[in-house]
Amino acid sequence: MLDDGVLSEETLTGDEIRERVRAFLTAHDPRTMPRQDFLNARWDAGLAWVHYPPGYGGLGVPRALQAAADEEFARAGAPDNAPERNPIGLGMAAPTILAFGSGEQKSRWLRALWTGEEIWCQLFSEPGAGSDLAGLATRAVKDGDSWAVSGQKVWTSVAHHAKWGLLLARTDPGVPKHQGLSYFACDMTAPGVEVRPLRQLTGEAEFNEVFLTDARIPDADRIGQTGEGWRVAQTTLMNERVAIGGARALPRESGMISPAVTLWRSRPELRTPVLHDRLLRLWADAEVARLAGERLRQQLAAGEPGPEGSAAKLVFARLNQEISAFEVELAGADGLRYDDWAMKRPETSNLYGRGPGFRYLRARGNSIEGGTSEILRNIIAERVLGLPAEPRADKDVPWKDVPR
Amino acid sequence: MSADLRYSDTERALASALADLLAAQSGWKDVLARTEAGESYDAGLWRAVASGVGCAGLLIPEPLGGAGASYRELATAAEQFGAFVAPVPYLGSAAVATTALLSAAESTVNTPAGSGASADLLRRMAGGGTTAALAAEFAASAGSGFPGSLRLAALRPGDESAGVARLRGTVRSAADALPADVLLVPADGVPQGLYLVDGTAPGVHRVPVSSLDMTRQLCDITLDDAPGRLIVSGEAAARAVEDALAAGAAILAAEQLGLAQRCLDMTVGYVKERRQFARPVGSFQAIKHRLADLWVSVTQARAVSRYAAACLASGDEDTPVAVALAKAYCSEVATHAAEECVQLHGGIGFTWEHPAHLYLKRAKAASVAFGTAGAHRSALASLASIAPP
Ligand SMILES: Cc1cc2nc3c(=O)[nH]c(=O)nc-3n(C[C@H](O)[C@H](O)[C@H](O)COP(=O)(O)OP(=O)(O)OC[C@H]3O[C@@H](n4cnc5c(N)ncnc54)[C@H](O)[C@@H]3O)c2cc1C
Repeated sequence: MLDDGVLSEETLTGDEIRERVRAFLTAHDPRTMPRQDFLNARWDAGLAWVHYPPGYGGLGVPRALQAAADEEFARAGAPDNAPERNPIGLGMAAPTILAFGSGEQKSRWLRALWTGEEIWCQLFSEPGAGSDLAGLATRAVKDGDSWAVSGQKVWTSVAHHAKWGLLLARTDPGVPKHQGLSYFACDMTAPGVEVRPLRQLTGEAEFNEVFLTDARIPDADRIGQTGEGWRVAQTTLMNERVAIGGARALPRESGMISPAVTLWRSRPELRTPVLHDRLLRLWADAEVARLAGERLRQQLAAGEPGPEGSAAKLVFARLNQEISAFEVELAGADGLRYDDWAMKRPETSNLYGRGPGFRYLRARGNSIEGGTSEILRNIIAERVLGLPAEPRADKDVPWKDVPR
Repeated sequence: MSADLRYSDTERALASALADLLAAQSGWKDVLARTEAGESYDAGLWRAVASGVGCAGLLIPEPLGGAGASYRELATAAEQFGAFVAPVPYLGSAAVATTALLSAAESTVNTPAGSGASADLLRRMAGGGTTAALAAEFAASAGSGFPGSLRLAALRPGDESAGVARLRGTVRSAADALPADVLLVPADGVPQGLYLVDGTAPGVHRVPVSSLDMTRQLCDITLDDAPGRLIVSGEAAARAVEDALAAGAAILAAEQLGLAQRCLDMTVGYVKERRQFARPVGSFQAIKHRLADLWVSVTQARAVSRYAAACLASGDEDTPVAVALAKAYCSEVATHAAEECVQLHGGIGFTWEHPAHLYLKRAKAASVAFGTAGAHRSALASLASIAPP
């Protein structure tokens, strides 16, 4: 589950956190200090992610106190760490490193990750292994103090900006598939790592293909034990779903519903009774989903995580798709136009930007990325509801003997 | 947002105490037998939930003998009443009538707190010994205006000095009014007001009707110059009725949530056991995915139901939006859950001897009560400024 910080001896109140931030701001003037220095200092002071342990950018206090710190920094006009540029680093790499990284790894990676100096990407999916991630074929072979890695990864978001990749690779093909995996941090600038843009149906390329050709990864960059990769990957995936689906405090009418209601309100001539009915339903569903995200956030903040995170991601995908589809129809003639098919490699992935056509097309990915909706339903059915698994052909067979 | 959407420890304790009691005293076979025995309400069960768990007086302030709790606790209890399709008039009395009386008491500024007819009645209702019901159609929803089917009639000699008004008219399909000791009658006329009518008074006729949901027996009420006492009039009376119907919708939404959760649990339990094609039917993906989707909607329903209860409890200005959202959403989730429950039980789910139909009927009737999902979504059009064409 989400890291919830090891409680330190002292538990602070929101006001005490605010006081600390103000004291910090007195000593570090954001208007005169270079941005990177300021962010480094904020991390060193434990005011980056306050629920992280002391020494790793936090104070070991409950996660709920983060909002107080963020507000205080925002009020002072301090630069933030541009979280939208490093979603995989902040949402997935950090909790994985915190849970499974050694002390040395945490010290080495977390600061540059939080400040955004080093972007992280996720090298999980392969052409032959998407939903069936544990079936992946990229091989890592031990060679002295390092591993020689060869294989192909695909659909790798932000790989073109990334300094590090969370890499899942096969270290033992002779055991059943889940047991032969190990987890690494792969230096994306190392020789043997080649990143090529992969254009997606929106016209641009948020993601890439990554070719690994005898790339060398020091054993010091292995996260978790050899053969323990699947367990480590579960932490990454769980956090991915929560990061995509919600658990954020958002105001009413945020996200995909915002451009749709804005269009409705500003263009009375587009309104019809049938569209009105649909919009009311979508608005209500979006608001209910927002409340469910808020409830999830409250549970996490109180240290009572429930299984609702996987529900949030499913609902998020469905609503984004239905609302954006509605918006194209509401736009009518304008919905027939598309802003730009040019191939670009965007800095960030903005699901709600650009025009209705882009939003509609981009939303199709929401039920594929981070685990497809079908796979999420399997997970809910088996892990939450306890329904029996379907008969399987690949579970107890050594990976090399699984029919492909 | 400040509303706490989780359950407090007190709420959890209340829910588990009530669940234990209902499991022990109101199994579905008892509930089913009662629907055929012509004794549709379980008076013994009502006494037990009132005295054992204090459910009758949750909303009633402590000085009046109640628990001084809030809509949050009442909603938590409602989830359990839904889970057991319990035949007790908690919704009509402890939620709707109590809210109307509390609203009326608040408006009667000239009487000291704790005195007056509303307070007197609340005091009697706190322990469950007396129940009351609003004489309104179960399908009526907040925002649809003051009910107009009951009116003031001409006074008889002596009425004026006795402070009695005469009421006349018919209300169809009222919920929880059949066992009620006192009817709260919204009557048109001068003054338009809310009147207390003793259930045993001459001119009060209640006829049970064969109801889609036989676990919540409806009745038609006819008042034939029945004597009533005004408790609140004009704007304040309209407000009391509005508040009562809104609270009814929110509490019913919580009941729908509890019902949906129970249908899901029952179905999951069944498909794990039932085998066809040499494997549990619950291992077929077509079934797993349907149940996963149902579970997802229940998580959403829980969030919105909690939000509506929290808004009512704190008198939040977002209450009308919260109530409309909750009733719209939970109505659909509950009916869907009950329908899935029937379908995924196969033939046995279609039989009289299986509880699925009790849930289906309760769910479908509740989806119409206090306004359909569509009616509540239409209300959002103005509440959320999504103007019609
Ligand atoms: C926008 C976007 C960004 C992405 N970013 C990254 C990234 O940064 N890093 C990364 O590693 N990956 C990334 N991915 C890849 C993504 O995780 C995979 O595409 C996804 O897991 C599905 O795998 P697949 O494409 O191989 O589809 P497949 O697994 O081949 O699935 C094909 C279809 O079959 C269904 N299916 C498969 N198995 C089952 C089953 N058991 N039961 C029922 N249905 C089943 C699927 O739901 C799907 O509909 C990204 C994908 C997208 C679209």
